[in-house]
Amino acid sequence: MAFVNMRTKEVQAKVVYYGPGRGGKTTNLEYIYKKFRDRIKSDMVSIKTHGDRTLFFDFLPFDIGKIMGYDVKIQLYTVPGQVKYDATRRLVLKGVDGMVFVADSQEEQRKKNILSLKNLQENLATYKKSIFKIPLVLQYNKRDLEAQGIPLLSLETMEKDLNSQLKVPFFPASAATGDNVVATMKKIISLTMTSLQSVLK
Amino acid sequence: MGSNYDDHVVFTDYTLNQEELDHIENVLREYLVKSGIRSVLLIDMAGNIVAKCDDGTCEHDLYSLAALASANFAAVDTMAKIVGENEFSLLFHKGEKESIHFSRVNNEFLLISIVGKELSLGLLRLKIGEAVEKIKHLR
Repeated sequence: MAFVNMRTKEVQAKVVYYGPGRGGKTTNLEYIYKKFRDRIKSDMVSIKTHGDRTLFFDFLPFDIGKIMGYDVKIQLYTVPGQVKYDATRRLVLKGVDGMVFVADSQEEQRKKNILSLKNLQENLATYKKSIFKIPLVLQYNKRDLEAQGIPLLSLETMEKDLNSQLKVPFFPASAATGDNVVATMKKIISLTMTSLQSVLK
Repeated sequence: MGSNYDDHVVFTDYTLNQEELDHIENVLREYLVKSGIRSVLLIDMAGNIVAKCDDGTCEHDLYSLAALASANFAAVDTMAKIVGENEFSLLFHKGEKESIHFSRVNNEFLLISIVGKELSLGLLRLKIGEAVEKIKHLR
């Protein structure tokens, strides 16, 4: 549900980072904010609990410059990952144009990833959107933990668990070190803009 | 997982042409900013800014404000439903120097007004009511 203003030649599109709690969604946005600090005019907005967990969402507006003559503003959002915040999670999905699903690569998080993806499908359905049709990228986060001897799910297992039917682009990544964070964002922006292209012509 | 949903909604559920956008901005300026409202935003329920107008003294981060305002409105609306209300008709956050008023225009749009303390809430609501009447047919 991007907003295209033909008069001011401006496009606003909404990209939401989804995934299980403590999976690294906020860390993705924090890395992007740090990396592109000189290009992001406003502050990152975070609504969090005293325990530093996301309560409602994080928000980061990102001007990506001109595409087909339009000034494109991508609004990056995260949702709270904790199961109990489903109602607020659903609110953040309103009008979403593109999704990044941030999965936690740790072996013990396997079930939580699957449940969270299922929850995404259900919540998108409340807006009559299909997980199979919305621009979507998977990110297999925390790959850096392998070096610390923490058991991780293999990429094959994660692909089988999460992407066997979706068949969308995926990135092994580390939000903490920044590895593939920008690549993930670039991919979802490009998929989202492609889906809007017919409108911009 | 099954693919049972119709989904071709990748674009806004509403369309506004140039004339309509001009009309909206005109209403915001004539009815609201000229009545003493410092800054007014018409946003959609997803937090996008559709139109804005201000008196030149406001330097707020409007994109963040719009994102938070739509989320806040959605949260309050959900709370209303939980206690069995259709909606809470007055949404007003009062500050020492500036206050924010929320008004639902129709199912698509919200009007967010930032006012200083010189404008009374009664007059503000009256002016906003008039402006909403002029734009609520748009979607």
